[in-house]
Amino acid sequence: MTQQILIAVLVLGVIGACFAVLLYFVAQKFKVVEDPLIDEVSEVLPGANCGGCGKAGCRAFAEACVSQGNLDGLRCAPGGDAVAKKIAELLGCVVEQGEPMVAVVRCRPSFTGDKKRSNYDGMHSCAFANSLYTGESGCPFGCLGCGDCVAACQFDAIHMDPETHTPVVDEEKCTACGACAKACPRRIIELRNKGRLNRRVYVSCINKEKGAQARKTCENACIGCGKCEKVCPFDAVHVTDNVAYIDHTKCKACRKCVTECPTGAIVDVNFPAPAKKAEPAALPPAAPGATIEINKPAPEPVAATQKVTINEQN
Amino acid sequence: MKTFKMGGVHPEENKISNNAAIEIMPVPAQMVVLMNQHLGAPATPIVQKGDKVKVGQLIGEAQTFMCANVHSPVSGTVLKVDTCKDAFGLIKPAVYINVEGDEWMETIDRTPDIKRECNLEPKEIVAKLKEMGIVGLGGATFPAHIKYSIPEGKKAEYLIINAAECEPYLTSDYRVMLEHSEEICTGISILRKALGVPNAYIGIESNKPEAIRVMTDMARSFEGIIVEPLKVKYPQGAEKQLIQAVTGRRVPSGKLPIDVGCVVSNVGTTFAVYEAIQKNKPLIENILTVTGKRLPSQHNYIVRIGTTYNDIIRHSLGELPASTGKVISGGTMMGKAVANLDAPTVKGNASVLVMDENEARRNPETACIRCGKCMNACPMGLEPYLFSQLVKNNRTEEAKDHNILDCIECGCCFFSCPANKPLTDEIRLGKFRVRAMMAAKR
Amino acid sequence: MNLLNISGSPHVHSDESTKKIMWRVNLALMPMLIVAIAYFGITALLISLISVASCVLFQWLIEKFILKVDTTIWDGSAIVTGLLLAFNVPATVDMMWIVVIGALVAIGVAKMAFGGLGKNPFNPAIVGRIFLLISFPVQMTTWPQVGGLFPMELLTDATSGATPLGIIKEQGVSAGLPQAWDLFIGHVGGSLGEVSALAILIGAIYLLWRRIISWHIPVAFIGTAFLFSGLLWLIDPTTYVDPVVTILTGGIMLGACFMATDMVTSPMSKVGQLIFGCGCGLLTIIIRNWGAYPEGVSFAILIMNCITPLLNRWCKPKRFAV
Repeated sequence: MTQQILIAVLVLGVIGACFAVLLYFVAQKFKVVEDPLIDEVSEVLPGANCGGCGKAGCRAFAEACVSQGNLDGLRCAPGGDAVAKKIAELLGCVVEQGEPMVAVVRCRPSFTGDKKRSNYDGMHSCAFANSLYTGESGCPFGCLGCGDCVAACQFDAIHMDPETHTPVVDEEKCTACGACAKACPRRIIELRNKGRLNRRVYVSCINKEKGAQARKTCENACIGCGKCEKVCPFDAVHVTDNVAYIDHTKCKACRKCVTECPTGAIVDVNFPAPAKKAEPAALPPAAPGATIEINKPAPEPVAATQKVTINEQN
Repeated sequence: MKTFKMGGVHPEENKISNNAAIEIMPVPAQMVVLMNQHLGAPATPIVQKGDKVKVGQLIGEAQTFMCANVHSPVSGTVLKVDTCKDAFGLIKPAVYINVEGDEWMETIDRTPDIKRECNLEPKEIVAKLKEMGIVGLGGATFPAHIKYSIPEGKKAEYLIINAAECEPYLTSDYRVMLEHSEEICTGISILRKALGVPNAYIGIESNKPEAIRVMTDMARSFEGIIVEPLKVKYPQGAEKQLIQAVTGRRVPSGKLPIDVGCVVSNVGTTFAVYEAIQKNKPLIENILTVTGKRLPSQHNYIVRIGTTYNDIIRHSLGELPASTGKVISGGTMMGKAVANLDAPTVKGNASVLVMDENEARRNPETACIRCGKCMNACPMGLEPYLFSQLVKNNRTEEAKDHNILDCIECGCCFFSCPANKPLTDEIRLGKFRVRAMMAAKR
Repeated sequence: MNLLNISGSPHVHSDESTKKIMWRVNLALMPMLIVAIAYFGITALLISLISVASCVLFQWLIEKFILKVDTTIWDGSAIVTGLLLAFNVPATVDMMWIVVIGALVAIGVAKMAFGGLGKNPFNPAIVGRIFLLISFPVQMTTWPQVGGLFPMELLTDATSGATPLGIIKEQGVSAGLPQAWDLFIGHVGGSLGEVSALAILIGAIYLLWRRIISWHIPVAFIGTAFLFSGLLWLIDPTTYVDPVVTILTGGIMLGACFMATDMVTSPMSKVGQLIFGCGCGLLTIIIRNWGAYPEGVSFAILIMNCITPLLNRWCKPKRFAV
């Protein structure tokens, strides 16, 4: 009996030892020598693999940082300045502070939901719908409403509004990684400066049709009239291809263009009072983040936590 | 009976407008002519506001290689040169013409006489096709002069005329064969001469016995035209499948028909070729079917290109039935759903197909049960179910490795899928992504 | 006027649906149910009903309370599983409660745990049956003594009437085996569904006609089993069973026509299906002759289910012009 046990123990022991030796050599042969700094950099990254940096994932970003030795041209949007600082410390370099950004949806279609112009019945993908036709709203530039941006977001920061079938960005969660902007086949979503106290002014339309035609396409369309361009004291607004664009690096959020816009295509968010009496400097500070306030009686709140009002003077 | 070897399906034929003779649709009061009616770059407008134009006058000139001339389908005054939304709502360059009378170019022979002799040299024929703005009318609207210019070092051995009309509902090719068989055969002879091929084969599916009879009778009085009856199976009219059915040759992946010595031409194109070469008439008219199961009447029309869908519907039906759910330009398998009925028709439009609400909606998608029906139906021997998964998971590289670009988008996979998965849509999306990926790499 | 619908082509569909396929399979299983009732009477009917009802119930409960998705019980796939499970157990009174456990394993473990219809790697009915065979070996191999046609009383004297395979395993081929004709029409002991090869063939022909199954798997399965057992029989007729009796006894016919052909768990390409069928046939005969169990069909199919993904990867369809 004892002998049998002994034999079993011996045999298994020898087999185990053989495998151990084998494993050791295999491990030696396939060993990958890697800079331990990559691991350290990976540690400080958010690890969402959002791809916002243009690399395949966080690990690839870390590798790029380490091999480059500095952060020039490399930025982790979700991590923001805090992460950039930490990486800079690890790499022993300096980093410039970036302006905080947020994704902005530049479309407010008037012909969606109950008023849509056709019924899309194909594959649930904006990229595919875009290859077929204009989309349910009838606007060749507008939101298709299938939610490719929602699917692309790794941070649960963008959602479809069930009524308008357009996406709504949750400013709190948005890390400005840009995945949604890349996913949008019509390039409607843009990363813009968050602005002081989260107050921003932007043109919520990218329709390049001529005025009358654009108006026919959508009631909220930019008709390229150029009034905003004339009224802007900071040279921040320009009309090209029949559509106005506000340069967010120049805009001082004075909201003169908002009052001037005849179609309400220029939108201001997070301002406490309507733009009419706007005197930005004298305004009391509003709580940043959570609530987006665009001032107008209708339409009613988009989502429970967000009060959206839009300023329209025709 | 001959047919292609692999896959294929047999959708309900629904050739209900078979017996409607071709009528001539009146010219509307205003005409919008799009500048890109063909595969490739848009033509450049060469008229200006206020110019008087005649029927058949050149108004859009092809300035690049992959482009075709556009001619005025009406006579009148140019209102403006602007943009216009096409059938899918997308913005395209266009010329607006206010119709005044019906004055044709003097060069166009409008007599009903049929001219069989053609004394032009092959090079001259191709040049004239280019001048007349002829494009392939089988669906792809590929500029004809490019197709019939055989590249250096290659030789055409077969000319195959695609008269399969395997798409459900469509009957325009069938009617043209019945009513204009002599013109078609003359057109084929001209193309034979242009390509220098000994024989031309007309592939006709056996569900059109009358067309087979008429064409066979007519072909007897021409040299080197052979009518080839084919077994009814979709997609018989797809280029690679038709070549296999008629000649037994197979066009390898990524190659063109000319690489195996074949040139395929649609039967409607041969009619246009006849008119262009023998009658000096540019491509300004479409022959199209107005059909639908619930419509009170079925029609085949000769329509000036640029007539809007609404004009066609108003003339043929008065108005769309209240239960209309979908309007398709083309057949049910590969046609495109029209979103904008105010849009003008373009070269190559073969039908206005009106579908009822209840047949127009897709059934909800359910789980894939891996039945393999899509694979068995695929005429290219691909794996649609696999593409569906790869596309969903953004695995573009693998989709390319599984030859997603071989797909001819015939729709057999979606047609046969018991789970109603939008396989064809997904594959198309995959193809865009693969092409974008390849372009980015380049 | 309605809004125009827009979608990519094609704009028509063959009208095939998963639901239609499943209900047609159910219809194809009916001849077997009728034969089972003819031989085992009300007992067989009750077992089938209990099995189907519990499969459907478990699926509904899991979808409603665990997965929280819309129920899919109306697609008929749970009923197929329920029927096939019932056809794989003996017609004894004990089975009326045992089969409920089998249904729970089949639906809960083999199907829903993987995500439901279409995602299960193994045939649920087979997993259920094997679970029962291992957990309740006595009850699963006790066969009822059958009297006349359509017995209306519950079969309680479940003591003898061993199946031909049981006889072979215990007493060797020299023992009195039933004639091939009796096996064909089903005048022998056995599980509910496997007694009559004729009824199975009727169902299989219907499925072939409806193009729900193709001939590849059944023919490869039965053909391989026939050839392999025939070879063994030629070598030594005293040890090995006559090939005709081999393919008509036990679950080979049922397995080949209904269990191995399950779309979800069998390969998609024709070549893959042939390999799959051959593998099933070989493994069945190996297990029957040299394994511990008298019957090997379920194990054979289960093992081949494992390599189905590999077969799908290896056996690609032939591409056009390659």
